[in-house]
Amino acid sequence: MRLKETYLNAAVLLGLLAVPLFALVTDEPFTITLVTRAVILALAAVGLNIALGIGGLVSFGHAVFFGLGGYAMGILAHHAQTYTAMDFGAFSIAGTKVMPVIWVVAVTLCALVALLIGLLSLRTSGVYFIMITLAFGQMFFYFAISWAQYGGEDGLSIYVRNDFPGLNTLVPIQYFGICFVLLALALLLFHRLQNAPFGLALNAARQTAARVETVGLTPMHLKLVAFVISGVITGLAGALFADLNRFVSPSMFSWQLSGELIVLIIIGGVGRLMGPVIGACVFVALEHLLGGLTVYWHIYLGLILLSIVLFARGGVIGLLTGKEGAHV
Amino acid sequence: MSAILIIEQVLNGLQFGVMLFLMAAGLTLIFGVMGLINLAHGSLYMVGAFAAAAVAGVTGSFVLGLIAALIAAACAGAIVEMVVIRRLYKAAHLDQVLATFALILIFSEGTRWVFGSFPLFLDIPDALSGPVTLPGGIQYPLYRLTLIAIGLAVAIGLWALIEKTRIGIQIRAGENDREMIAALGVDISRLYTIIFALGAALAGLAGALVGAIQSVQVGMGEPVLILAFVVIVIGGIGSIRGAFIGALLVGLTDTLGGVFLPELFKLFMDTGAAQKSGSAIASMGIYILMGLVLIWRPTGLFGTRA
Amino acid sequence: MKHLLLATAAAVFCAGSALADTKIGMITTLSGGGAGLGIDVRDGFMLAIAQSGRNDVEVVIEDDQRKPDIAVQLADRMIQSERVDIMTGIIWSNLAMAVIPSAVNQNVFYLSPNAGPSQLAGPGCHQNYFNVAWQNDNLHEAAGSYANSADYTNSFILAPNYPAGQDALTGYKRMYEGALAGEVFTQLGQTDYAAEIAQIRASGADSVFFFLPGGMGISFLKQYADSGVDLPVVGPAFSFDQGILQAVGDAALGVVNTSQWNKDIDNPTNAAFVESFSAEYGRLPSLYASQGFDTANLILSALDKASPSDADAFREALRAADFDSTRGDFAFDTNQHPIQDIYAREVIQEGDVFTNKIIGVALEDHSNVYADQCKM
Repeated sequence: MRLKETYLNAAVLLGLLAVPLFALVTDEPFTITLVTRAVILALAAVGLNIALGIGGLVSFGHAVFFGLGGYAMGILAHHAQTYTAMDFGAFSIAGTKVMPVIWVVAVTLCALVALLIGLLSLRTSGVYFIMITLAFGQMFFYFAISWAQYGGEDGLSIYVRNDFPGLNTLVPIQYFGICFVLLALALLLFHRLQNAPFGLALNAARQTAARVETVGLTPMHLKLVAFVISGVITGLAGALFADLNRFVSPSMFSWQLSGELIVLIIIGGVGRLMGPVIGACVFVALEHLLGGLTVYWHIYLGLILLSIVLFARGGVIGLLTGKEGAHV
Repeated sequence: MSAILIIEQVLNGLQFGVMLFLMAAGLTLIFGVMGLINLAHGSLYMVGAFAAAAVAGVTGSFVLGLIAALIAAACAGAIVEMVVIRRLYKAAHLDQVLATFALILIFSEGTRWVFGSFPLFLDIPDALSGPVTLPGGIQYPLYRLTLIAIGLAVAIGLWALIEKTRIGIQIRAGENDREMIAALGVDISRLYTIIFALGAALAGLAGALVGAIQSVQVGMGEPVLILAFVVIVIGGIGSIRGAFIGALLVGLTDTLGGVFLPELFKLFMDTGAAQKSGSAIASMGIYILMGLVLIWRPTGLFGTRA
Repeated sequence: MKHLLLATAAAVFCAGSALADTKIGMITTLSGGGAGLGIDVRDGFMLAIAQSGRNDVEVVIEDDQRKPDIAVQLADRMIQSERVDIMTGIIWSNLAMAVIPSAVNQNVFYLSPNAGPSQLAGPGCHQNYFNVAWQNDNLHEAAGSYANSADYTNSFILAPNYPAGQDALTGYKRMYEGALAGEVFTQLGQTDYAAEIAQIRASGADSVFFFLPGGMGISFLKQYADSGVDLPVVGPAFSFDQGILQAVGDAALGVVNTSQWNKDIDNPTNAAFVESFSAEYGRLPSLYASQGFDTANLILSALDKASPSDADAFREALRAADFDSTRGDFAFDTNQHPIQDIYAREVIQEGDVFTNKIIGVALEDHSNVYADQCKM
């Protein structure tokens, strides 16, 4: 039996809402935290899916943005909680604990960095693109480790979650709400992009760059814009993730994290609207369930991932709907 | 900073470089001929080191350990190729990345399951231990000199294999046109298995050789894997010559950067700060090198295709 | 799907979770790199729980995979869902910094069996946080003190470029009175030390101090032994614990290292611990195992006097440190970090097994320099 993708998408979103609400009723606050984690990882992967799924840009360095978002939160909140200002010599900036302000900073920072990395990396393609983005990820990783002022490898701890006007973010369900709304907005943006002229042109550029050029568009510009939007969304997820854990560390910049984001998308279905969401839910559930069964759970995770590649091309969505994922 | 110290550091860089070459050679061959991104190459390095440590531990012979490493890694490579990799040649790069990432998880946790969580012991053979005095009074470990010699010998051997033998002709032909050599009656799947096993054996050899001076433990393959990728990307994917040059560049940059950058920084800042920031920049050195090379030549130094 | 790993003792005494009065949450590293340390802490801890014969203590054990975000998530679950009274187990300082401040602020007791970051000993100390192992600087300070007593006057010192590495060199320099022939920060996770060894050779040093935990230390020692440089080496116990000594082999023989524990410390508790640990698990205990064992016994001693639900009384009972430590004398300073002797040990070979032997006391009744900054 093949499901229509629309129904599947609706079911996933409803499920994502229902589980935490059920957990709220049964007083299982940890389940809410777990779902929030999945939602945030999904948001990061939705960002990557714009570059990867629509644009065909296999970025193996998206942890850069995840980490930047995290550190934007960590550094601002650190200065706010220690009542110190960031000193830039000529001027200084006070820290803040207000989430929307932190998000704006994170998003701006990520846009600038994505623009720079994109300009340099997009000169290459294929495996070389994969590797140059990895190289940028490693640069940030090693920089963060040696940056003693902000904890280096130890990372930065924030004692209390940051504030959102009108809400108590320490209550799990309220923080889940914030993350869920942002994920929904990102999904909406993804959907709009995919079907807008921009997305169609980008998709065409992925398949045959020459055709796009003949109609007067520059594939490089399309890809650069996609890369920047993608980095911005992943960066926002990074800020949320840091707030969920009340902690940032260089591991947010690690190549393993970049790899995990790609894995999430492939599990769900490359280029599919809900691919990253399904992937993140499956991944978090596996991590949680298998981790409890055996300390050697990585073996089973490996076997499951392997079966997905070998037998379920197009990820879970492909398996359920019979559609193949985008070919990258 | 004396001339002797500089020469010694250059030797260290060379030794690191040739060991990276052993890893990178297999990786670049597999990519060049089969078009496969093999993240699990680092696991084969680990398999070699563990096989060598286990066999050398039982028999007391380092040479037997090395042989075991070659056989174990080649067998693991051949089995993986026949069971999993073979199905991925036509798949997208992404699927290959995911599948070989899954193989890393299976290999790492499987090894831990068999050998436990504590590092294994593998020592330098007595005949090669201790330093020798080189012309000019440089004291240098004999074992490291041996590693440089083995690495160079393998490089020459690989060159001869590819340029002078029948299988080398098939490999070169396979890099250029896969369909054509199949049409000419070459058993392509056997060729692929052989190349994969060869690459695996080289990785296993590197793991065993390096394992004797480092720590034989689960997860030892991943940092080397990343470096080997950096090497082949700098050299140009598919090019053995590129892998060789790239490996030496990375080896020298990493070693010399770590030593000389802090010294350089000391010229204009105080010692402690120079140490910290110098080593911080040095740890990013090879990635900066790779970024610069790719911006200058988007397909690497000797690469032809993306 | 609850993942409860019931205390072995509780299983033997048929105690279901309903019976348990006290719930202890242990988050430690059981898989991936560094799992050996977590396994030792867990085994030492569970040995003490089993030996106590108590059936009213339940231990929930979870694996943090050495990832801070996983550790935070597990801590959230233990506090929010399992509603544990006491937490323990974390090995690494960066994970400790991620978990402990928020845990103790949610009225949970935390007893560290290993990590002792300076932030938590100084201004960030907390009345619910106890360290049963050492403050991070301690073993390095002891190494510096040993260097003085061994008349070293020109040390070459190295550590990885990350906070614990920077603290290590600071700790050594705090006690060491001689000159420095060189000071080098290596890369975290570095496996080849040929370049550093060449610098040591050229530096004219009379001794080497290093802090390179885990696989880094194994690599360094093997390469150092092979280099022909024969300056004496001193370092903290982390590179010479029972778990990794066998992987270093001959290269470690004769090296002096500093530790608050060794298997030949002469007291009945320690003798019984070494014997029962070896019998139970078929390997010699490491210092991590001793720390796990001591942590459990401290908790048990406090439970004999008060219940964690009476937080003030329980805290007083912990502060009293009224238990038989494998280390002999043990007391808490005002910031609830240990005051204890730190020994210099030498690596020796007993039959086929490499192990350590105490050669002297490096620092007597040693506390830490952060106690003054702690205002509770």
